[in-house]
Amino acid sequence: MRLARIVGTVVATRKNPKLEGAKLLLALPVDQAGEPTGAAQLAIDAVGAGIGDLVLLVLEGRAAGSALGRRAAPVDAAIVGIVDPPGAAD
Amino acid sequence: MHLARVIGTVVATTKDPGLAGRTLLVLQPLSPERESVGVPLVAVDSVGAGRGEEVFFVRGRAASFPFLPAAVPTDASVIGICDQWSLDASGSRPSRRRPPRRSTRASVQDPS
Repeated sequence: MRLARIVGTVVATRKNPKLEGAKLLLALPVDQAGEPTGAAQLAIDAVGAGIGDLVLLVLEGRAAGSALGRRAAPVDAAIVGIVDPPGAAD
Repeated sequence: MHLARVIGTVVATTKDPGLAGRTLLVLQPLSPERESVGVPLVAVDSVGAGRGEEVFFVRGRAASFPFLPAAVPTDASVIGICDQWSLDASGSRPSRRRPPRRSTRASVQDPS
């Protein structure tokens, strides 16, 4: 998994039927300091993340597809967790 | 998945039988700011995308999933056409243009 920051949302009416109802978010991979480390990915949201959230991003087909809960979904990136903000565990 | 613009098509008479009848599109990957990133690639279309449209595509093993049960030997497939995307800082950015042949199917409700 990678750390990533949600930077945008995508609307697509015409898409693969397996993606119906799925939320599509633009996720920018970042390091622990929050600095971007790679190109933005379009990912399926499985946890209700929103713009600005620091998230856990899965970049592998099988895991990403299962996050959507549908077999053989054409997905290679999924958001599977929202990182708690610093101090949240106190 | 990645954002991209369709910049062309590929015609190949001699190809794997699994690719027969499939549309091959040349994609230029885009950043969320609509700048070209990386080199263009060829992807199999699964949604009826055309030249000039902004799309998203999937890479790897999952690229063959849209065509199941047919076995299509591809490592990249177009799986959606973007109506629009919005960014954190710069707000909503409508897609550049859409060919009229698809405008009724993918129209966005406009209250005005």
